[in-house]
Amino acid sequence: MTDWGFPFGRLTLDAIPLSDIVTAHGRTELLSGITGSAAAGAAVLGALVALVIVTWKGWWKPLWSDWLTSVDHKKIGIMYIVFSFVMLARALAEAFVMRMQQVVGHDGGGIVMPEHFAQLFSTHGTIMIFFMAMPFLTGMINYVMPLQIGARDVAFPVLNSVSLMLTVAGGIILMVSLVLEPFSTGGWSGYPPYTEAAFNPGAGPDYWIWAVTLSSLGTTFTGINFAVTIYKKRCPGMTLMRMPLFTWTALCTSILMIFAMPPLTIATALLALDRYLDFHLFTNGGGGNMMNYANLFWLFGHPEVYILILPAFGVWSEVFSTFSGKTLYGYTALVIATMAIAVLSFTVWVHHFFTMGQSANLNAAFGIATMLIGVPTGVKIYDWMLTMYRGRVRISVPMLYALAFLFLFTIGGLSGILLANPTIDYQTHNTLFLVAHFHNMLIPGLLFGMIAGYTMWFPKAFGFRLDEKWGYRAAWCWIFGFMGAFFPLYALGLMGMPRRMADYFTGAWLPWTVVALAGAGLIVLAFTFLLVQLRVSVRDRARLAVPVGDPWDGRSLEWGLPAPPPEWNFPALPRVEGRDAFATLKMTGEDLGPPDDGYEDIRMPKNAVLGPVIGALGTGLAFALTWYLWWLALPLAALVPVVLIAQGFRRDTEKVIPAHEVRETWRAFRALAARTPRVSRRAEYTRDNRGHAIPMPQEAAE
Amino acid sequence: MSATQTRHPGLNLGSNHQSADDRAETEVFGFWVFMMSDAILFGLLMATYVVMRPNTNGGPGPHDLFELKSIFIETMLLLASSVAIGFSHLALKHEDRPTKMVIWLVVAMALALAFVGFEIHDFLKMAGKGGVPQASGFLSAFFALVPLHGLHVSAACLWGLAILGQLARYGLDDGVKVSMVRLAVLWHFLDLVWIGIFSLVYIGGLA
Amino acid sequence: MSDETDKRREARSYLIGLGLALALTLPVFALVAWDLAPRMTILWVTAIAAVLQIAAHLRFFLHIRLKGQTREDLHLILFTTLILLLMGGGTIWLLWNLHTRMG
Repeated sequence: MTDWGFPFGRLTLDAIPLSDIVTAHGRTELLSGITGSAAAGAAVLGALVALVIVTWKGWWKPLWSDWLTSVDHKKIGIMYIVFSFVMLARALAEAFVMRMQQVVGHDGGGIVMPEHFAQLFSTHGTIMIFFMAMPFLTGMINYVMPLQIGARDVAFPVLNSVSLMLTVAGGIILMVSLVLEPFSTGGWSGYPPYTEAAFNPGAGPDYWIWAVTLSSLGTTFTGINFAVTIYKKRCPGMTLMRMPLFTWTALCTSILMIFAMPPLTIATALLALDRYLDFHLFTNGGGGNMMNYANLFWLFGHPEVYILILPAFGVWSEVFSTFSGKTLYGYTALVIATMAIAVLSFTVWVHHFFTMGQSANLNAAFGIATMLIGVPTGVKIYDWMLTMYRGRVRISVPMLYALAFLFLFTIGGLSGILLANPTIDYQTHNTLFLVAHFHNMLIPGLLFGMIAGYTMWFPKAFGFRLDEKWGYRAAWCWIFGFMGAFFPLYALGLMGMPRRMADYFTGAWLPWTVVALAGAGLIVLAFTFLLVQLRVSVRDRARLAVPVGDPWDGRSLEWGLPAPPPEWNFPALPRVEGRDAFATLKMTGEDLGPPDDGYEDIRMPKNAVLGPVIGALGTGLAFALTWYLWWLALPLAALVPVVLIAQGFRRDTEKVIPAHEVRETWRAFRALAARTPRVSRRAEYTRDNRGHAIPMPQEAAE
Repeated sequence: MSATQTRHPGLNLGSNHQSADDRAETEVFGFWVFMMSDAILFGLLMATYVVMRPNTNGGPGPHDLFELKSIFIETMLLLASSVAIGFSHLALKHEDRPTKMVIWLVVAMALALAFVGFEIHDFLKMAGKGGVPQASGFLSAFFALVPLHGLHVSAACLWGLAILGQLARYGLDDGVKVSMVRLAVLWHFLDLVWIGIFSLVYIGGLA
Repeated sequence: MSDETDKRREARSYLIGLGLALALTLPVFALVAWDLAPRMTILWVTAIAAVLQIAAHLRFFLHIRLKGQTREDLHLILFTTLILLLMGGGTIWLLWNLHTRMG
């Protein structure tokens, strides 16, 4: 290559959104330019404000040494969730603009150009899946799973930090694409030949390819890490069939990550070969086979759906049993159902493209396999309902989400059974009916689950509860906002409105899009309430404090630790005798600490810079490749093996926490617990709840 | 450790190397999981190759491009290299001094590099006959699959060098031992992939 | 069991593996080199030999055994095989089906 692309490659001033305003002809182009520039401005401003605050408060050093280089699974979990909230804010704003466009875009025009609209739905989908949902659930598993199995950290703590930073690198690339346009217009699934160089030679699809590739690498490593942790790091007595159900779903999700991310890596890598080196893998001519892309993408895409939903099922299992004060009904059935779903998820990918032209027999086979998944999922719904039966049910905030989930998810599932029938799918594919269906699964299923989990485990991570009043407000807004935004899309889909439409000329659609916009507005309000809730809770943290760490009368090991837990989690590795380990322990009046002479030195991993370094290299490399900055890409690519080899030379990787320090910490915790009055479930949402619960059987006996 | 219980894929170091063996149980298992993920990667590239195999786009096909003799030599080189890494691994387990381990490791690396050299030679020869990836879907799929394996072999050699560097710097410590066990697992795994490639691509193409 | 017998047994394992690998590779190459059988026969023989050789490598180079192995190792290999069959087989089935309908 003779052209090294120095210094700017193919990057020109056109890439800045402001240029769209300058060159605009007509009202819509102008508005579109303003919308794009405002978004870019908000991104830049947000980054600047963050930088200023960190500098002004002198937070750089703690940020670096306590967070970015930390390999503590709890901190990594928190960083994942913070990241996913930031990305959620952006993707939600994009969704709102799209709903707005479909109202004002009736009879043409509107506030964004079709090209811009296409970027919006592409980033919205890409972010929601790869940079909101995945980090959220990965963060949740990171925080909770090692605590539930009685481990001090994951199996590979440094790799965990690398995974996080690779995911963040992909997110940064997406944020950069807001300022240096354009992003892909090919949707979150990026189908060729539309995303091939012949039709789409610009930077857009390249941004998409590298952002997704970074995230899929990170996710593969995460999957390996979690699976090995669960297989090898369980505490004594924690057999597989004693693991809390959330950990079971974490295991199945990580197995899916290990096996389902490679097809995505292949799909994006082969698309990159086509675009960069003129290969003919998915091209129109030259012997390419674009249908193989759809095949590869959905070989990933379908298991991905279950990667997303299984951890939420885990959260629901914990929520239903904790807030019903009962052990989970049908534990074994739930475990088997989870595994059945995980395996079946590899057998149904063709239902994403029933209309590609394969024979009816083949479609029928995949249609039947798809309907089969309804069976284990139905088993789960019944198990959760029976968990509540004769329980001491409290309609707490997580429980409110859970009840909404039961109804809404079942409706979404039924629409999925309809779509699983190829003859019906031929009528409804590519319409808003499909969009309504998958949002109906992912919002009440996954997102509500994650918010419920966030509400439930937040006090464990930070030592105080989230304010309940704002919690209920947010929950009701989410529930009704969801129904308002997506139920109309079922009707629109059946009326024939295609998905991804910037403007249209059918008057009958307009009222439904207005309702959907109102629903979207309610969802934006719901998100705002979540932020208000966080603000209020931090302000009132003294009132909401639960230092003893068991605010909900929890059942698994993590509730036996102080809130927040110490870096080393357990003063001594617990010995587990059965399911619901902490619920059993509580009844005896004991805690997780060892006898006074039972403390030992604890070895913990030291901080590592590998994660941030790999993240920075990944970001730089993705950016350089997108804009053809070969002079930059080459040295960065060469640095990757150098950094990895250097990592191999690291030896001094552990620090020792002396036994007496552990003993002091735990004694202080014991003393705190001893002087904190126990609280009954009736006072759960009062300031009397300091995290010291009266176990349910004792409360019932009184 | 008794001969009936193994803790991870690949030759276990056993009780003479207790601390390294403990570490290996988790680390080698994790690495093996990664290999399985990699196996899916190769499996899908092979399936893609099978699908693209008829799409020669009027360009050269397998009979015009592949040479059995060269593939045979490559297969033998890689097999010998796999056995050599096995002996290096054995020496690590049973010898007190690392000399034998190093010798066998260097032999394995030399054989693997010879393999890569033959492979590059093949590719260049193919390109001379118009067999470049841009020529057809068939050749694109070929070049997405086969060089990826070669790249893995080269990376394994680089890793071997890094291990030798660590050995020089730190001696035969647990870090070196566990790395060596993982490297051997990678080496054998790449031989498994090659069985798939030579059977499917070369024998399948020339039969 | 002493170290010495361990060592001899393990070295033998690699040599058995080598012998099996050669026994399964050489005939396949010979069939193609001298065109000794019809095309379909060669392909079937190659496929069977490849599967056997993979099994031999797993057993003698990677020391995977059906008994005495930790359970998760075996689970993992079997599950990987299942997924490979589903994904690889599914890809070929689907795209071949499309191919024939477009031809």
